[in-house]
Amino acid sequence: MNNASEVFDIRLTVNNIEVVQRVLARMHLADFLREELGLMGTHLGCEHGVCGACTVRVNGEIVRGCLMLAIQADGAIVETIEGISENGEISALQKEFHQRNALQCGFCTPGMLLAAADLIARNPGANREEIREYMSGNFCRCTGYQSIIDAVEVVCRGKAGVQQGGI
Amino acid sequence: MPFGGVVKASAFSYAKPSSLSELFDLMEMYGDRAKLLAGGQSLIAALNMRLASPTVLLDINGITELSGIEVKGDVVRIGALTRHRSLEQSAEIKKHLPLVHKAMPFVAHAAIRTRGTFGGSVAFADAAAELPACCVVLDANIELASRKGRRIVSARNFFKGLYETDLQPDEVLISAEFPKLRVGYRSAFLELARRHGDYAVVGVAVHGKFQDDMFSDISMVFFGVADRPVHAVNAGRALESARLSPSTINTLRSAVSLDLETYGDIYHTAETKLHLAKVLAGRAVSIMALGRET
Amino acid sequence: MTTDTASSHVKTHGRYIGAGLPRPDAWRLLHGRGRYTDDIKLARTAHVVFVRSPYAHAGISAINVTKAASSAGVIRVVTGKEVAALCQPWVGVLTHLKGLKSAAQYPLAMERARWQGEPVVAVAAESRAQAEDAAQLIDIDWEPLTAVTSPDTALDSRSPVIHPDLGDNLAYQREVDTGGVDEVFAGAHKVVEATFRTSRHTPVTLEPRSILADYNPAERQLTVYQSTQVPYMMQWILAKHFGLKEINVRVIAPDVGGGFGTKIHIYGDEMTAVALSMMLGRPVKFVSDRLESFVTDFHARGHLVKARMAVSVTGDIVGIEMDDLYGIGPYSGYPRGSANEAKQVLNLVGGPYKNRVYRGRTRVVFENKNMYGQYRAVGHPVACAVTEGLVDLAASAIGMDPAEFRYRNYINAEAYPYTLVTGPVFEKLSQHQAHEKLLDLMNYSALRLEQEELRRQGIYRGIGLAAFVEMSNPSSATYGQGGASIASQDGCTMKLTATGGITCAVSINEIGQGATAVVLQIAASAVGVSTENIKIVIGDTDVTPYGGGNWGSRGTGIGGEAVLQAGKALRQNILTFVALLTETEASVLSIRDNSVIETLTGKELMTLEEVARTAYFRSDKVPRDFSPELVVTRHFAQKTYDGICTNGIQGCYLEVDIETGFVRLLKHWVIDDCGTIINPLLVDEQIRGGVVQGIGGALFEECIYSSEGQLMNGSLIDYLVPMACEMPDIEVGHVSTPTATSELGAKGAGEAGTAGAPAAVMNAINDALKPFGVCVTEQPFTPERILRALGKV
Repeated sequence: MNNASEVFDIRLTVNNIEVVQRVLARMHLADFLREELGLMGTHLGCEHGVCGACTVRVNGEIVRGCLMLAIQADGAIVETIEGISENGEISALQKEFHQRNALQCGFCTPGMLLAAADLIARNPGANREEIREYMSGNFCRCTGYQSIIDAVEVVCRGKAGVQQGGI
Repeated sequence: MPFGGVVKASAFSYAKPSSLSELFDLMEMYGDRAKLLAGGQSLIAALNMRLASPTVLLDINGITELSGIEVKGDVVRIGALTRHRSLEQSAEIKKHLPLVHKAMPFVAHAAIRTRGTFGGSVAFADAAAELPACCVVLDANIELASRKGRRIVSARNFFKGLYETDLQPDEVLISAEFPKLRVGYRSAFLELARRHGDYAVVGVAVHGKFQDDMFSDISMVFFGVADRPVHAVNAGRALESARLSPSTINTLRSAVSLDLETYGDIYHTAETKLHLAKVLAGRAVSIMALGRET
Repeated sequence: MTTDTASSHVKTHGRYIGAGLPRPDAWRLLHGRGRYTDDIKLARTAHVVFVRSPYAHAGISAINVTKAASSAGVIRVVTGKEVAALCQPWVGVLTHLKGLKSAAQYPLAMERARWQGEPVVAVAAESRAQAEDAAQLIDIDWEPLTAVTSPDTALDSRSPVIHPDLGDNLAYQREVDTGGVDEVFAGAHKVVEATFRTSRHTPVTLEPRSILADYNPAERQLTVYQSTQVPYMMQWILAKHFGLKEINVRVIAPDVGGGFGTKIHIYGDEMTAVALSMMLGRPVKFVSDRLESFVTDFHARGHLVKARMAVSVTGDIVGIEMDDLYGIGPYSGYPRGSANEAKQVLNLVGGPYKNRVYRGRTRVVFENKNMYGQYRAVGHPVACAVTEGLVDLAASAIGMDPAEFRYRNYINAEAYPYTLVTGPVFEKLSQHQAHEKLLDLMNYSALRLEQEELRRQGIYRGIGLAAFVEMSNPSSATYGQGGASIASQDGCTMKLTATGGITCAVSINEIGQGATAVVLQIAASAVGVSTENIKIVIGDTDVTPYGGGNWGSRGTGIGGEAVLQAGKALRQNILTFVALLTETEASVLSIRDNSVIETLTGKELMTLEEVARTAYFRSDKVPRDFSPELVVTRHFAQKTYDGICTNGIQGCYLEVDIETGFVRLLKHWVIDDCGTIINPLLVDEQIRGGVVQGIGGALFEECIYSSEGQLMNGSLIDYLVPMACEMPDIEVGHVSTPTATSELGAKGAGEAGTAGAPAAVMNAINDALKPFGVCVTEQPFTPERILRALGKV
């Protein structure tokens, strides 16, 4: 890609499926997932990198889908809410969110779950303050955040206790 | 430019050179119509809002020599493409540059830190950002390269103003070299932000010697107070050979007043910023002296 | 969590009412399977982008769209006149808010733009990005005019008049005077006074306003998918203003990513998207971007209130006087008007207290700023901050504990129904109970001791209380009586399906608050079936009964009652039918666990599946002269009071860093009385969310305008919404006083948190600052405002 162009063919793995697609250089990753692949679980709340609704995972790291170009995901492994739901990875988190009503309108929820899963994978021993801090990159206007923090905390405790298994 | 719906970047071309020499070719070809894309955490937001409309984006993420943290001799070298998350998690940084380690949790949020780069933050030169302040207080040397060759600029001369640096249009930020923590030296990093992860209202980074209950060789840098990180020279002098005491803090606060010509922002007047800087200065040196942080 | 006084209702209505069950429909949202308006893709959709006024006030002398029209992908570029040819303008007045005035408003600005952000030109293109590309090419010649940007000076003779035809910038004014005010203030033991400011807020729904309009010219049918709280209101408006037959307008609200009042107003950009669909004969999508949301989503709450309170030597409130002023946009909002905050502030200052001597004035002025109107807890947080701020000042002035002062001043328990001096009636409040419960929950006296001890160590913590009232379950007095076709009643149609399931179509809407789950639980209880066997249908004017939708905390109280009555009626019809088939009396039968049983013996007579099969497929078994009616519809409107008042009290514990002015929230408590609780899980998080929105106003949120009328912090970077890190844990408890106006007994819970939180935070900050003899009354309480009060800057 050392010749500049406005259009590229990219090849990447999205939710375990290989995708080859022609994209405009200007298209960000979240738009690519939504508009080209129909993965509507990745939401756009601000498109300037603040709200966290477009959080997805690229090569195992959470990123803002609106602050990365689709073309930059060439060769990458991309996971969205659809993927980590279907493979069961976050089933415990989903269950705790559900039990506690840790969502209302649901627009922030996919991003929240991606962020929470990242925290739990990296720091299952996180205390409540650390959870609040980690989750503070994702905006929720409906809940008071408390049920979200509670749900993450419960899964953290479970994970810290057993070491293995899904989150 | 008309005011209205702007959330998708205007059209641009994209290239991803795999070496510096390829990059320099492209930079020559496009001149100021090109922008370099590192982590993109400020740039892509600006593109989406059409605050920037480059003709071509040169993605430097494929230039491997720009990445990585390296400890050699008395220095730690941080490559421009080193992600914030790598800095945050690096045992070497924690050991040799504890100040930088302490600053990292204040840098935005996890999903930003995974992409955002050290070099991007330094080159972008937001006056309220943490890493430029770290460079200045630790007296880092910033390495710049162009087709013509390489040069080193002291971080203390690198920041020229709001989003302005000594980086020339044909240059690329390669790395920064920091002196390793020396025996007897300590640091403190404090920041006030309205919400966690926001740019600082006021922040302070302090580094220096504290031995036998006495301060010496203290560097203090404020950020979020003016158009660039401000090295508070008088503050350092005021602490030379001083012990921690209410009168030292008072002297320090007066020195800070001399050092800073603060700017206001939308929520805070210049006067408030100065007041907060003085409070933080006192707190930072107290933390240093009490050894709550090293 | 207690629902003591509601227990009799819970027993009556079966096992699902009062149960803290997870929302079944939340499950798909947790899997990224929501379907919001922008997720819907229709073939040949055009995407529309708007060029907006960069000026707060400016004449438009010329618009050149030539370059834009030929830009790649562009389908159509339209200006004000072209849209006005299809869409009638509107005027945001209501006849029962006497004197409220406004001017005709067009979807796109015509000769003059009156706020920064007003849409002026629309570009429809094959993609959003292409529409944006073209929008950049539009040239507009502007003649900037002086803008009205301060309510304080809007009425000065030197200020320009925004609509010369209206004579002045006064949109609305109302005064009340009980008489005797001057006398009580002159003779009072103590008089306290303060000036309270609240800032302009913007609701910031995470899903921006979105609409997908699909006009089919072949049948003159308009189908609109919209992120809206009010499908039927939209249907009426669209039919009226586009000259369509109402039956040919279908409004579908898919998943809605937050409402808070934002999505109950008419917006020129959305109307333009509809107009474009009609012009082009193809679907047109408009999704507001975040930056335009800040300058177009209706703002609220920028009040300046001067108020004072007179108290007796024994600690009784003997008089209140207040003067409220706020600036709306350049037009009163449509179709609800922008004067409801005035009404609410005027009515609710005085809160749950028994004072009867009151003089109040409220004035609403036009400004060249973004449109302004109903946002969660309309007027409540303002009235509550004024009242509770004065209460704390008064308690302090006479040296009484603020909790004790409140308790002695609450309206007596035996005084209900209680008519306010301003007119509305409180059916029944439980303020004494709520108060006692809060003090227990927060361990008030221990907290006071801790505060005292820490103060000696130079740590300044504050305890703040705020009693609040919340108007819910509104009658037609709110809008219908003023001439707006906004339903105050709601309906439910319930049907037994062929395999014994139930479908339940309701006119209230799901915006995340849990309406679907509440309806499900009520329906299941009313009929006697399990929730798994019920399907809720919501948010589609072609299939649901007519009703008001979601605003004013009415969904559960009004819609829920319609569901209850429909469920009971369906149950009765089923029992009557089975009684006929089994030659017994309906009165000895019940439905339990999806079967009809003999109540006494518990013996199963028929499953609902058998009932349905008989009714639908085996008419031969049904007596000739009988027709089983297994679809029923019931409606409900609350007609007894203007609204049903709920009540409660909040407590806040925080620490002020007196050197930096930063506030750290430590804990927050709420006791709320929303009558019968259908689902405590939903109510509690609803209240917490409300509290956090209230805290946002108290500590962070503020639309800052320059003197030229430019919004200075119109992005999510600069407009500070509350995030998880700074928010406290919020403990919620309940008292339950069901309303007698419905069988269900439910009242609203949507406004309570937001109504009381800012006052609780303010009082806690001022309590922390008490040793310094200073206080803050201007929200948000930023570090700078606190430092200024402390004299440090």
